[in-house]
Amino acid sequence: MPKDSGIGASSKRREDVRFLTGAGNYTDDINIHGQAYVYFLRSDIAHGRINSIDTADAEAMPGVVRVFTGADFEGVGGMPCGWQVTDRHGQPMQEPPHPILAQGKVRHVGDPIAAVVADSLEQARDAAEAIAFDIEELPAVVDMREAAKGGATKVHDDLTSNICYDWVLGETDDAKVDEVFQNAAHVTTLELTNNRLVANPMEPRVCVAEYSRGTDEYTLYTTSQNPHVIRLLMCAFVLGLPEHKVRVVAPDVGGGFGTKIFHYAEEAFCTFAAKACNRPVKWTASRSEAFMSDAQGRDHVTKIELALDSDNNFVGLRTDTLANMGAYLSTFSSSVPTWLHGTLMAGNYKTPVIQVNVKAIFTNTVPVDAYRGAGRPEATFQLERVIDKAARELGVDPIKLRRQNFITEFPYDTPVALTYDTGDYNGTMDKLEAAADIAGFPARRAESEARGKLRGLGVNCYIEACGIAPSNIVGMLGARAGLYDAATVRVNATGTISVMVGAHSHGQGHETAFPQVVAEMIGIDESMVEIVHGDTSKIPFGMGTYGSRSLAVCGSAMVRATEKIINKAKKIAAHLLEASEADIELKDGQFTVAGTDKSVAWGDVTLTAYVPHNFPLEDIEPGLEETAFYDPANFTFPAGAYACEVEVDPETGKVTIERFTAADDFGNIVNPMIVDGQVHGGIGQGIGQALLENCVYDENGQLLSASYMDYAMPRADDVPFYTVDHSSQTPCTHNPLGVKGCGEAGAIGSPPAVVNAVIDALQSGGKTVDHIDMPVSPSRVWAAMNG
Amino acid sequence: MAQVSMTVNGKSVSGDVEGRTLLSSFLRDHLSLTGTHVGCDTGQCGACVVHVNGESVKSCNMLAVEADGAEVGTIEGQANPDGSLNVIQQAFQEHHGLQCGFCTPGMVMSAAALLKENPKPTEAEIREYLEGNICRCTGYHNIVKAIMAASGQDVGAIAAE
Repeated sequence: MPKDSGIGASSKRREDVRFLTGAGNYTDDINIHGQAYVYFLRSDIAHGRINSIDTADAEAMPGVVRVFTGADFEGVGGMPCGWQVTDRHGQPMQEPPHPILAQGKVRHVGDPIAAVVADSLEQARDAAEAIAFDIEELPAVVDMREAAKGGATKVHDDLTSNICYDWVLGETDDAKVDEVFQNAAHVTTLELTNNRLVANPMEPRVCVAEYSRGTDEYTLYTTSQNPHVIRLLMCAFVLGLPEHKVRVVAPDVGGGFGTKIFHYAEEAFCTFAAKACNRPVKWTASRSEAFMSDAQGRDHVTKIELALDSDNNFVGLRTDTLANMGAYLSTFSSSVPTWLHGTLMAGNYKTPVIQVNVKAIFTNTVPVDAYRGAGRPEATFQLERVIDKAARELGVDPIKLRRQNFITEFPYDTPVALTYDTGDYNGTMDKLEAAADIAGFPARRAESEARGKLRGLGVNCYIEACGIAPSNIVGMLGARAGLYDAATVRVNATGTISVMVGAHSHGQGHETAFPQVVAEMIGIDESMVEIVHGDTSKIPFGMGTYGSRSLAVCGSAMVRATEKIINKAKKIAAHLLEASEADIELKDGQFTVAGTDKSVAWGDVTLTAYVPHNFPLEDIEPGLEETAFYDPANFTFPAGAYACEVEVDPETGKVTIERFTAADDFGNIVNPMIVDGQVHGGIGQGIGQALLENCVYDENGQLLSASYMDYAMPRADDVPFYTVDHSSQTPCTHNPLGVKGCGEAGAIGSPPAVVNAVIDALQSGGKTVDHIDMPVSPSRVWAAMNG
Repeated sequence: MAQVSMTVNGKSVSGDVEGRTLLSSFLRDHLSLTGTHVGCDTGQCGACVVHVNGESVKSCNMLAVEADGAEVGTIEGQANPDGSLNVIQQAFQEHHGLQCGFCTPGMVMSAAALLKENPKPTEAEIREYLEGNICRCTGYHNIVKAIMAASGQDVGAIAAE
């Protein structure tokens, strides 16, 4: 019998009411009296030297408040990178400056050349047309292989090359890896591209900044997943402002998917300009602008080799990846192809020897950073593709080959720096085989073939490192931040509770799910608990939401703070009941004395805390408010198995997703409805990557896919109903809720299932196609079939 | 500048707008009806869908002056007269048909228009009708399910929760 409240209940989302009635409060809905509008003049070429910029005519245009160029920011810092990667020789990565507005050169289409602040957006836009600039076009480096070569045009003149770092993880002795491959009974090799994507949350980025001369205080409203991170980076590294004078608010945010983690130049610009112009200033990205200024995702080129012994056991894995950084290092860009990708190359398998090689490359393209999954989809895709290819080459069942190589004993130390705490990969695969009716596939294939269609089944596994992250470990690996989180539980006199959390909800439903936990712990109704998030002036210093961390990290802080509340409340109850604290029990919102019928209600204890007439003032302070910071002991390791069935039209190459099934092990689940929804969304994005989406630059660095006319977002008729099964549950062993995180799984696990299915379909039709790069578009499929 | 008058959610409104002012801007900036969202600049995403004289319209693709004299309905006017969620809104909440909420007003307005012309749409008809509304959060699963439920169809058999 499903629960109807508390942990495990599919409580309906309370935030829905405002979103369904048009009463949400997104950043673009915020207007401040007297605000001016910002328009950024952006480079329309990929690489050029700025010889001069003349803003005089623009300054004289109607309504113009001020025009800014890079010269106005010479006294402030640039946009920082939050993770320093150390290369294979122990040297720090090359870290070029990233000015707020371009200085000296423009390095990608969309790089801001100047910014106009005016009374209206139309006036700002008109004035930008009047800016006269002389920018000498330079050859652009776009292709990573070309950019990595000696003698290539350099994106940053002061760097030694376009290589940000050359990094290795796992077995660093090449001879040992070579030996494994030489002794292998079979080696499968695959070269592939993980296509560049644009995250495309439906709400474009927006900033509204104001400055108070009276108090010397700034407020920045911004579309962010982590307001404290923005405040820290902007104050400490960019503008040099005192943190206590800056408030950053991320109100309702219309989706993030990673691209709203990062500190962007527009945020620093608006904050700076609010003081410089002594006016509130507002910038709202158009979608076209988002395509050329939001950090993009993926874009890896990889060669992967899998070595197997004569019994089909995996004995070695070696990868060589080029990872595109774009023109500048976005906030967490450097960590994505390394510590979020290389560390996942063991997957769900007990491969003893693994070597991961990654070169990160600067190109004249928009910066690349974390997008839903961030490194883990890239790892999963190549691993699960090469395993499928190996199964085909060896003539063995791809599920059996995976099962044979599964890690089955935990904890498990991988050769690539992680310790998996728990999992049951066979159990999860069992769930998948049942939910996807794998046994019924041959009949469905026959039915498709009778209609002239090719049908394919693709299966894959995935594992992800989530709950990011233990601060001491990531600190050793180069992170320039801690990755704990924080919660303050404030109990009001009447017993209602406000929980201030560092996590930020931009679709994940924290406002509903988090109260389920607190309410269950105390035994009160969920409606008595409210979540406060997204405002640095209201919440404790938390690190925000990304990396499927909200419940595993911030939720753990909330549990710890609630435990402190309960402990103090028990002391008060013991006083009121004239009993020993050790005998006090809390159940269903009632404090009782064990073995007696004496009790006092939650509301009476909370009232006593704030009206302490009869209170142990000599032992404890009045009031009932506690804060906890929680730093995880390890990552969490959600894992799963996915199955996709496609039909391919042999006449046109069109791929249709007929069935998609996900079996995930997320450990314990607080709100099954929300978890299912997270997986649905991730699968939708993964199918998008596999079949439709592609961010394309031409050889001159022109961005060819800068609108929804050119960048194919998945639409309702591109996807089927999904089947999801979350009954495989091995609780995380090191956080108090036993939760693992679910936000990224769907996007990580689904692309290889789709491509494996397409290849299976083509092979069933007698084609010897063993790989097609994503997006697996009709033209690519048709070319592969007829090539 | 031109003066426009129209009825929005049953109330008469008017304002002075430039010829280039879009209906979406008029609703958001002049009337402070910020429930209508703008998610793109090419008429693709559908976050700005409203009803004009009973038809669903992308309000970023219509000038405010073109709506002069029209009856306009926005997400703010969708709830029942007592303020409770209407059948479609209820179904979206019941079936978790929204996450970040940004595309939601457009989805609800499109769903209402669909059910007006086709009271019992099939799954395929719903998916085809929503071609002009992009959602990045839900993978569409629960949106389609919610619209089927709002039309009175049994969705119990569709994919477990």
